[in-house]
Amino acid sequence: MESYDTFEHDILVIGAGGAGLRATIAAAQAGLNVGVVCKSLLGKAHTVMAEGGVAGALGNLDKKDNWQVHFMDTMRGGSFLNFPRTAEILAKEAPERVLELEQWGAVFDRTPDGLIMQRPFGGHTYRRLNHVGDRTGLELIRTLQDKAVSVGMKCYMETTITRLLKDGDRVVGAFGYYRESGRFFLIKARAIVLATGGWGRMYSVTSNSWESTGDGAILAYDAGAELMGMEMVQFHPTGMVWPPGVRGLLVTEGVRGEGGVLRNNKGERFMFKPEYTPPSYKGRYADTEEEGTRWLTDKDNNRPPPELLSRDVVSRAIYREVEAGRGSEHGGVYLDITHRGADYIKRKLPSMWEQFHALGDVDITKEPMEVYPTIHYTMGGVKSASETCATNVPGLYAAGETAAGLHGANRLGGNALCDLLVFGKRAGEAAAEYAKSVQQGSIDESQLANEEATMLDVFENKGTENPYTLTEDLQKDMQADAMIARTAEGLTSCLQKIKVLQERAKNLHVQGTRTYNPGWHTTRDIRNMLTVSEIIVRCALERKESRGAQWRLDFPDPDPEWGKKMLIATKGANNEVDITTMQLPEMPPELAALFEAANADKK
Amino acid sequence: MRMDKVTLRVFRGDADAGEMQDYEVPTFPGMVVLDAIHHIQQHDDTTLSCRWNCKAGKCGSCSAEINGLPRLLCKSRVRDYAGDSGTITVQPLKTFPLIKDLVTDVSWNYRMSSRIAPFTPADTAPKPFVMQQMDVDRIQEFRKCIECFLCQDVCHILRDHNRKDIFYGPRQMIKLANLDMHPYDGLNRREMVRDEAGVGACNITKCCTEVCPEHIHITDNGIIPLKERVADIYFDPVKWLVRKLMFHDETVKRPSASDFQPVTFFANGNGAFADSGAPSDSNATGTGTVGWSIPPARPLPRMEGGPPGVVKDEIEFHPQNPNIARAGTTTTADKNE
Repeated sequence: MESYDTFEHDILVIGAGGAGLRATIAAAQAGLNVGVVCKSLLGKAHTVMAEGGVAGALGNLDKKDNWQVHFMDTMRGGSFLNFPRTAEILAKEAPERVLELEQWGAVFDRTPDGLIMQRPFGGHTYRRLNHVGDRTGLELIRTLQDKAVSVGMKCYMETTITRLLKDGDRVVGAFGYYRESGRFFLIKARAIVLATGGWGRMYSVTSNSWESTGDGAILAYDAGAELMGMEMVQFHPTGMVWPPGVRGLLVTEGVRGEGGVLRNNKGERFMFKPEYTPPSYKGRYADTEEEGTRWLTDKDNNRPPPELLSRDVVSRAIYREVEAGRGSEHGGVYLDITHRGADYIKRKLPSMWEQFHALGDVDITKEPMEVYPTIHYTMGGVKSASETCATNVPGLYAAGETAAGLHGANRLGGNALCDLLVFGKRAGEAAAEYAKSVQQGSIDESQLANEEATMLDVFENKGTENPYTLTEDLQKDMQADAMIARTAEGLTSCLQKIKVLQERAKNLHVQGTRTYNPGWHTTRDIRNMLTVSEIIVRCALERKESRGAQWRLDFPDPDPEWGKKMLIATKGANNEVDITTMQLPEMPPELAALFEAANADKK
Repeated sequence: MRMDKVTLRVFRGDADAGEMQDYEVPTFPGMVVLDAIHHIQQHDDTTLSCRWNCKAGKCGSCSAEINGLPRLLCKSRVRDYAGDSGTITVQPLKTFPLIKDLVTDVSWNYRMSSRIAPFTPADTAPKPFVMQQMDVDRIQEFRKCIECFLCQDVCHILRDHNRKDIFYGPRQMIKLANLDMHPYDGLNRREMVRDEAGVGACNITKCCTEVCPEHIHITDNGIIPLKERVADIYFDPVKWLVRKLMFHDETVKRPSASDFQPVTFFANGNGAFADSGAPSDSNATGTGTVGWSIPPARPLPRMEGGPPGVVKDEIEFHPQNPNIARAGTTTTADKNE
């Protein structure tokens, strides 16, 4: 094979979003040498898209808030498919992680007492989202970026890892290419942290960037890791609808947190219809519009409006309204915040105002927005241990969106940012601990040669498939049949279509040189997306119930049996997708007691 | 004016050679220039290189020059740039070395940024911080920066004079202003702002402010106050005399370039470029790679005088009259919620 560069680090972190950078900081502070692979430029990762805030029960405004309530909200939001221990750790450690950011230079909005400002969000009982206007993700990534730079790391900007390398059972390195030159490199490491984010690009209406192609899930899957809960794909209720150029672009939940209301074309606030509130949320939300309005100014004595139910619930309601012919002009529903006044809106939601003004020709201080669900987040991913983020592959750790276990069937807004802080740190520390106990492994040259041949084949073969066209076709198929409302029929047909696309992918061909060639890069991305799509569809077919993000029209109710099980996907001996079920861990008695006490309180 | 298609005249080539090429692209409502670039990639030429990520104006990746104006491709509507001729030109940023097509090597910005000591809380700062909204309004404006580097692209010192050796550029001035104006930052950054970062080089043409997609008042709120702070210390005759008499300069060690470990950056297989501000690639091996090593944070002197958290000096910060300061902040409204 051709020559390639070789580097060596104690820890390799793949991904430089929030989780990757937090892991980098933790591992570097443990005294280890860390390399960070970054698919784009540093600081451009998907974390910048997070708007509303980072959840953490600081109780700055609502003194009753504490980790126990945050824990229960997270479990309820995830329809109890979460690992209880993981959710417990999140709720307990999030406040500390948020305060630490402040010590590193993050500047959150302030309360009148000079503390960090918190806002209400869907599924959170109290005001819990620590935020900076509607650009919290940017604040977070810039803070972590500066901190990581100051503690020391080597950052491989604009590089992509295409394969993890193993020595026996253990991962010992990674192979990839420089986008700029198209040349290959090898990074040897004692331990690897996967922090590659999610996979939303296989749907045509998405709030995800080009990077979200499931690289981490497939790297892990190819290396023998277990993928869990892959059917759970979050549809954010409010994506932009019009004009087509911005379709899918996210409208932060903060709009509803700040008082925005949803209406159908009859002007009804349809979220108040009782049929949209699932049993586990009964009695927790305002019954009347008057109470919802009073809540804006008196949160202690009123319940929040049902627009702030969890994302899966609101997405389904919007879907049903549009299906029933009560949708807006361009096939969405109306989100209206004009009643809060222009000054307030521009101050609290500046980037939303700018986004609609610049891209949508809508002045949100004067007219309602049109919104419809958009692909937003993936709850499923690489199964990782609650305490250490370890996967079933020795030396491989996973944190952030690419990991699974925390969010169950649906993620609450604000829990992604604290997830990546809490578990990024834990993954970095655990990887460092492991790395200190092992030596560098040996690299099998044949694995490199194979990967190189796979990567370069698309230049030399006689194929005719355009990678962009293939991507577009996959997006159409997934959008049509694996979206918010699923049926066995639709999923089966989707699976067949994916099989056809996988055959077509064998004929991918690209022109040009290897210098910064986006077509070539897409040939790799589309293969990852095809595999991830197949796994999503197979798991969605398998789970014959409706729970959280998984909504089966042919099995409209939750099934208590499925409520105890997760689906696990692994790569079979003949490269087929193996799907098995796994019993969820029991909730420890002390955590179960919290729910009993809370329920008793309600009565 | 509504048109069914536009012509995109896009720069194609690398550092050695290149030319403008025309592509005809169909339009749709709300189309931005990045959509047009994607159309070309899919239908005309899969090798067209262009950076982008969020397509929502939040990441600052897709910077380019549209009709000669530094802009984000994802926030520029086709209809606003097509004009009567129906032609839009798209070129790479001029200030940075070209890699290919619309992609330039912006790593210099990252290297300069890594030379700025991180936020370092003063010993006296409370935990958690207690800061009023009015105390952070100004630095929050600076922290809106998405690092698109359009301000760097348009800065005369960097663009026309290529003096990357004397001036860090507007982006880093904003970063320094953020740190220097943070109520709890405990480092004295003024010398660094004057010397290595070269705040004096800016001649306040405000071009950077004009192109900022986040509408940060880079010059008025960032650079000018920094200039004033530096002037206040170094060019105030009374302070100069006091410093002279107190032998103050000798008591605070001024960090020198030797406090740095070399920042290593390697261009890549295409051959390393040398830009004027970069240390030599002492660690480069053979063919080179895209890699970027970060030195440990440089030591800077601590702030002198009283506990940070109070107004550091009289040049800026909030007015003392709370009624004035509160206008336009979140405190009053949120209190009622």
